[in-house]
Amino acid sequence: MIHIPVLRQGKPYKSVDVNRAYHYRTREQIAEISQANVGLIRRDLLQQAEMHAILQGFTTRELIAIAKKAAKHFGEDELPLGDSMQTPDDIVKQISATTGSPNVMVRRNMEKVRGVLDSMETVLSGLTRLPDLDMLDRGYGDIGGRALSFFPRGHSMGVILPSNSPGVHSLWAPAIALKTPLILKPGSSEPWTPYRIVQAYIKAGIPREVFGYYSADHAGGGEILRQCGRGMLFGDVGAAKAWAGDPRIEIHGPGYSKIVLADEGAKNWEKYLDLMADSIAQNSGRSCVNCSSIWTTANAREIAEALAERFAKIGPRAEEDPEAAVAPFAAPDVARRISLMIDQEMEGTADLVEAKRGTPRVAEKDGCTYLLPAVVQCSKEHALANREFLFPYASVVQVDASEIPHCLGPTLVCTAITSDKALQRRLLESNHIGRLNFGPISTMKISWDQPHEGNLFDHLYSRRAFQSVLETVA
Amino acid sequence: MSITDLDARVRDARAKLDEHVREIVEWHFNPETGCPFWLNWAANAGWDPRKEVKNYDDLDKFGNFEDDWLRGGPVRRWVPKGFAGKPVYVFETGGSTGVPKSRVQINDFRIDYEMFSDTLPDASFPKGSDWLMLGPSGPRRLRLAVEHLAQHRGGVSFCVDLDPRWVIKLIKRGEIREAEIYKQHCIDQALTILKANEIKCMFTTPKLLEALCEKINLAKYGIKGIFCGGTEMTPQFHRFAVEELLGPDIYFAPTYGNTLMGLATHRAPTPEDNWAIIYYPPAPRAILEVVNPDKPNELVGYGQTGRARLTTLTKDTFIPRFLERDECEREAPCEQYPWDGVRNVRPFSRFQKSVVEGVY
Repeated sequence: MIHIPVLRQGKPYKSVDVNRAYHYRTREQIAEISQANVGLIRRDLLQQAEMHAILQGFTTRELIAIAKKAAKHFGEDELPLGDSMQTPDDIVKQISATTGSPNVMVRRNMEKVRGVLDSMETVLSGLTRLPDLDMLDRGYGDIGGRALSFFPRGHSMGVILPSNSPGVHSLWAPAIALKTPLILKPGSSEPWTPYRIVQAYIKAGIPREVFGYYSADHAGGGEILRQCGRGMLFGDVGAAKAWAGDPRIEIHGPGYSKIVLADEGAKNWEKYLDLMADSIAQNSGRSCVNCSSIWTTANAREIAEALAERFAKIGPRAEEDPEAAVAPFAAPDVARRISLMIDQEMEGTADLVEAKRGTPRVAEKDGCTYLLPAVVQCSKEHALANREFLFPYASVVQVDASEIPHCLGPTLVCTAITSDKALQRRLLESNHIGRLNFGPISTMKISWDQPHEGNLFDHLYSRRAFQSVLETVA
Repeated sequence: MSITDLDARVRDARAKLDEHVREIVEWHFNPETGCPFWLNWAANAGWDPRKEVKNYDDLDKFGNFEDDWLRGGPVRRWVPKGFAGKPVYVFETGGSTGVPKSRVQINDFRIDYEMFSDTLPDASFPKGSDWLMLGPSGPRRLRLAVEHLAQHRGGVSFCVDLDPRWVIKLIKRGEIREAEIYKQHCIDQALTILKANEIKCMFTTPKLLEALCEKINLAKYGIKGIFCGGTEMTPQFHRFAVEELLGPDIYFAPTYGNTLMGLATHRAPTPEDNWAIIYYPPAPRAILEVVNPDKPNELVGYGQTGRARLTTLTKDTFIPRFLERDECEREAPCEQYPWDGVRNVRPFSRFQKSVVEGVY
């Protein structure tokens, strides 16, 4: 039996309390995961300053080179997994087994993680916008004749990870290159990727002491966020609400990402059907950057019908099938309850995909439970207009251009296809949009040289006023 | 001890329990000594417990005790007539919202803690040494009980109060930082007492123990024994407390108790237990059983999980077949305690479902 230990400053610790991870379909036990008690986490986190000091002994260039090596180890090597070893193929199977994600999606997400480690220099340049990354080592520098200085906002970053979306790991992985120790709480069904990233970094030369890996209950997660200088939380509406307003914590809650079609964009909607379908359904609709609603100034019905036609062809497939497009739910009850909730709020509209498919949204195959894609067309006031669920779901809403962006509400990623300059200006000015794409760009597309979903550098570092006359000191 | 010897001790303990049951039922249902609540109950029940209850199993005839009976007044309905004129204490349990459960006591808290005292090793809880009680006082009986324990062993008890009802309110309001400040306020007071006095023994709760050990090394402050309880303890906490918080020089005595039962003591751990916390109730004054949650009159097998069921049998209080809000495994009798125990008590939870909306 695979045992995944707690890592206390990188040292494996086998707890008396273990959580068990099961195969989503066969219910065979896949692994046991040591659970850290709150006091243990709290006690270890008294050492954050010492952990932080270790990473200050590296230059940013060295850390970038180590990240590149780590990318190779992550993507190609056999790495420790508790008392056993894990190959790249093993981890794909393990993630599929405990989360239900088809192999093809897992591989895509693994590649995303590998990519960010491999491209660390580009990523850091995008995050920091510094012409010279050596400034991070000096703590000060000069841009166009203006002095600039940075200081770390905390001694470590605590990250509360999700169970359902392995792709998010690319967001926190650069923290090491930014000289920030990581305190990780893995999701209960996805302990695999964060453990492997840590092992890849250690093999590449990062001292193990800068890593904490604590599988724990809800209280353990809360303690990590409270004790770490900076935090990152992936959570649902409830979890996100509990930490809203704490500036130390970067919250990755629901994204409510959207596509906006106006004037020519709405008129020529058929050209963008692939883009819309991909944005909604890629990764089984489980990312915050998946599009969950389309806001258009015309042709809402036609768009909804066309998407429904497209999605009606998606059905359950085996996890090894390269064509698999939807992931089953590790907990079948969750699928049924989500579907019931949607049905209860359906008044005045209908799931157009269900109508075309002719079978229920909740599907069973080989003992697995799936939620097949859903599309509704509704008014902007409708309860389902601006929602997000754990499967390919989208509403299509027709509004007047003048109502955009006010009607959109908080939006992590907005792809706007419009040549209306005034609308573009309003979107640029909106403080509700996290990432703005102009033109036919999938909401799922991430450029590593762009800050995305919150800027990790801005989260971990702050600017200060700085003046120096160092030569007189010397 | 051979199995035959243990079997004999179990039978002997059972016989004593049956005899104790007859004595307690006679006391609580005798119009001269019983309390108004049980006398009224019997008047309406249509059967006479004094005639029909011959042994412990016969207590099933009462059905399950309803905890709502303990909420609200008048609390004097619980005072046995046999104790008329004696000083009465009232202690509360729960109560962060709504009306708390109350239990009147005359002698029980002293008797319970004197019995508990007999289980403490003198080397780690030296007779004549002073104590620190760091935990909930107020309407709870802990403060008086620990103070009596210290006095019974020839010491005095310093006390620092923590009001758990206030902490629960802060947590429910999301004011975690305020709760942390309050906890530190309690720890600061404890540190002041520990620095100014020669204290060797302590009662505290798991959370407060953790917080205290973040500040000081208790062994260096002369602490030799910790009696810990008040909230759930997991096997992992047990190990963490022994290995990391306290070290080899401090004896750790985990307990499970509440206002209704008294105090269940921890059986001395063995390596085979793998840090499981195994408690035995203070029989025959209280009996803890593990029952099928769906059929509360049916005991589960040894090692199996079920809901904790309490029966309190003292002259102060008669509480038959009370279903606790805890679950645990049923533990077999042992040499020190030849009656059923419970393993790894934790909150009783049937899976709570909620719809997760939003992804990340």
